[in-house]
Amino acid sequence: MSWADRHALEALIYLPMLTAAVLVLTPPGARRTIHAIGVGTGLLLLIGSIYVFWVFDHGAGAATFQLTRVYPWVEQLGIDFRLGVDGVGALMVLLTGIVSFTAAIIATTAEREPKPYYTLLYLLIAGVYGTFVSIDLFFLFFFYELAVVPMYLLIAVWGSSSKFADFARTKEYGAMKLVLMLVAGSVLVWIAIIAIYVEAGIGSFDILALQAASYDGAFSDGFQRVVFPLAMIGFGVLAGLWPFHTWSPDGHVAAPTSVSMLHAGVLMKLGAFGIIRVGMTLLPSGMEDWALILFVLATANVIYGAISAMAQTDLKYVVGYSSVSHMGYVLMGIATMDALGLTGATLQMFSHGVMTALFFAVVGVIYDRAHTRDTLALNGLASRMRVTTALFVIAGLTSLGLPGLSGFISELLVFIGAFRTQPILGALGVVGAAITAVYILRLIARVFFGPRSRDWNALPDISAREGFAAGVLVVPIVLVGVYPQPFLRVIDSGVTALLRPFGGA
Amino acid sequence: MSIDFTLLLPEFLLAGLAFLVLGLDLALPARWENKRNGLTGATAALGMLGVMLFAVFDLRDTHEVLYGGIYFVDRFSLLFKVVFLAASIAVVLMSIDYVGRKMRHPGEYYAMIVFSALGAVMMSASGELLTAYVALELLAFSLYVLVGLTRGDGRTAEASAKYVLLGALSSAVLLFGIALLYGTLGATVFREIAGPLSQNDTATTALGFTMVAAGLGFKLAAVPFHMWTPDVYEGAPTPVTAHLSVLSKAATFALLLRFLAEAAGSSFGSWQLALAILAALTILVGTLVALAQTNIKRLFAYSSIAQVGFVLVGVAALGDAGGVVSNHAAASAVVLHLVGYAFTNLAAFTALIIVETHAEREEITGYAGLASRSPVTAMALTAALLSLAGLPIFAGFVTKFYLFTVAAEAGLLWLVVIATIASLVSLYYYLQVVKGAGRCPAPRAPEQSHAADALRGHGVRGRLPRPHPGRD
Repeated sequence: MSWADRHALEALIYLPMLTAAVLVLTPPGARRTIHAIGVGTGLLLLIGSIYVFWVFDHGAGAATFQLTRVYPWVEQLGIDFRLGVDGVGALMVLLTGIVSFTAAIIATTAEREPKPYYTLLYLLIAGVYGTFVSIDLFFLFFFYELAVVPMYLLIAVWGSSSKFADFARTKEYGAMKLVLMLVAGSVLVWIAIIAIYVEAGIGSFDILALQAASYDGAFSDGFQRVVFPLAMIGFGVLAGLWPFHTWSPDGHVAAPTSVSMLHAGVLMKLGAFGIIRVGMTLLPSGMEDWALILFVLATANVIYGAISAMAQTDLKYVVGYSSVSHMGYVLMGIATMDALGLTGATLQMFSHGVMTALFFAVVGVIYDRAHTRDTLALNGLASRMRVTTALFVIAGLTSLGLPGLSGFISELLVFIGAFRTQPILGALGVVGAAITAVYILRLIARVFFGPRSRDWNALPDISAREGFAAGVLVVPIVLVGVYPQPFLRVIDSGVTALLRPFGGA
Repeated sequence: MSIDFTLLLPEFLLAGLAFLVLGLDLALPARWENKRNGLTGATAALGMLGVMLFAVFDLRDTHEVLYGGIYFVDRFSLLFKVVFLAASIAVVLMSIDYVGRKMRHPGEYYAMIVFSALGAVMMSASGELLTAYVALELLAFSLYVLVGLTRGDGRTAEASAKYVLLGALSSAVLLFGIALLYGTLGATVFREIAGPLSQNDTATTALGFTMVAAGLGFKLAAVPFHMWTPDVYEGAPTPVTAHLSVLSKAATFALLLRFLAEAAGSSFGSWQLALAILAALTILVGTLVALAQTNIKRLFAYSSIAQVGFVLVGVAALGDAGGVVSNHAAASAVVLHLVGYAFTNLAAFTALIIVETHAEREEITGYAGLASRSPVTAMALTAALLSLAGLPIFAGFVTKFYLFTVAAEAGLLWLVVIATIASLVSLYYYLQVVKGAGRCPAPRAPEQSHAADALRGHGVRGRLPRPHPGRD
């Protein structure tokens, strides 16, 4: 391995932490410097993430985990700072790079007090990267928690409260609900991790060593049946698993734009990733026992999320519930335990991550100009905000699975996997996609087209800076939609290894 | 048997330092009145720093047991010497402003801090029940004085009276327990207890142990001996509360660890379940009652009760399957968590004292707008609170993870489940404070401006206190 390969993964963790530390020492008044540091770090992270994805070897003989790196940490407990990516992790690293960079750009436009804002943002990003590249259970959990904590302050301090006709949701409410539910999930994960560690009895938190122990029968079927749901629900909370999704729309709505982008774009993927990395890898027989229940819940996610999105009149709530619905496809793909289904789930994580970041960025632009997100009040924006409209339409069409955009490929793969395993539930999933088409098209028609009321005559279009960020997000959407092969190859190498205990595929 | 008295030099030096500080306060001429506080405080802090450095360099590789097991000079006691002295130095530093405003004889205050540090140091080093008792009383008496040192405040008087009465009661119980143990086992040295204990399993020994546990439980504020904590924490001067919450608990745990390791032997097995239940109760009561608090010091009282419960989880995990105290990992997890807790709590209390000094606020709602008024204080407070809640990247996360893993390995998974859930609940009340600090101070603005208008009308404008005084 070259020098860059050896240090690439740790650099992705250290760099945002270093940025956070540097920002603490920067004078708060120096807005331009702070913005430059923020965006510059984002760019470096994007370059590093592309590099990791680029050098990942998806060949037949290549190792499952690559770019590995081990630093001994606490010998008494067998904890090492152990890094490495498989095919799934590599794609998630790329996603994190793209969303972090664009979120850092969007954050320059609006947020007051940028110094603590970027500090917390980069702590969060360090946590996200750390979770995706850790192959030690302790550090996986460490970074997982690290990604959740800054969220509270980011939403409670920089967020926005919303008022509706008959109820109001303050940003503190959204933040507290989000953090408590997510930490409740991580308590379950924590218990699961400790139980796995104790039961394996090999005195190590190394996921690969635990996986080997698991394949040797260290975890009885009974143990797996009890512990798997802890991991499934614990991580599932962050993935927006129905009925533990309720923090998600409220949290997304209360959060400032760039945090929503990161949160829906990347953070929710941590949950699905955790189910794959901990549940599927270490507890395969538990996974088999619980797959049907996960499948049912995921179907509920798809349908319930889509129907709820249809009923919303706040743009951010629409996108928030559509995230719940789309994360349902990810969970559904995982529950299939089928090569195509799991590949689709992983690609859907990527696709939805980029798409929802674009959604939130555009909604942020509209809210910033119009000071409302009420879909009943907004109308005819297309003639004033041409670029914004185009971007929203692209995100919307990806969301409803238009061929040629990334959502089509990933959802198609999930549906094929689903029809192979649970045709009836798979069919319900397709119904969910149809509902998505209804609410997205209706929304586009109402908000962007049709007659324009006088209030919106003076709306300026998206600025160059925001447009650039959104453009960066459009690139992977189209790329995956038109030529998914480079992405699928990488995912396949990870999925093949993941499905080995389930009788091949 | 010849005794090398230089091994006890740190203790002698500390005692000397305490008298020096007292004497300095007396000896300073009246015209130095305004320097009295700074001088005595600096003497105490620098003196303790000197003793700490001396102990580290002189006793680094010493492992001696003095007087046939009565007093230990080993790594364990050295570690606690450093922790207690560092904590006491921190308390002295955070007190200087406070003492300057509220106390007439600062020397007394600082001398008592040094005495209490001495008591704590001796508790962690003693290997015999009566020595431990004397050390514990030295610590307790210093704290009695400290709690009541600001005169003329009703709450302080109440806290002080409560603390002294209940403290004396618990000491009596402890002493009674020691007497019973001596009566049945014929020894007070920890390592001589272990032998007879395994043959002598009578009701009297059990009662003796229970009474010792109750006496120590009071010092730890473990449920059901925790009733004094909130009132004393609220009424005591805030730096003293900080001192109390760290020193007294950590020293008692140090004593408890050594007692269990040396004396309990194979009989620990019969106590393990009782300890585990005690830990669970302490965690639950501390966490759940903390939810209802509106005064920040009472909140910290209950949070410290919950933290004691977490440490007790590790203590309950000390025994192995055969009931023998042999789990080194559990002991190190307990010590690690204690050290992390000590400094985290001190950081939090430093922030509390700053707020109290500048804004005279003890209610949680009074923390509104702290982040905009003094960002550094707010940052420190947030870090401390998140560490107490056990979140990364702070000490609390690692120490709790270690502690719970070790406890689960020892077969106490049910207790770990309770403790992790309690951790989640505790996050809620810690976040309430963080939330307050981050929020704008809108609610109390009108009230203040009314008062200001009223005062302005009476021509006392020059004396108006600024709304947010201080350098922050």
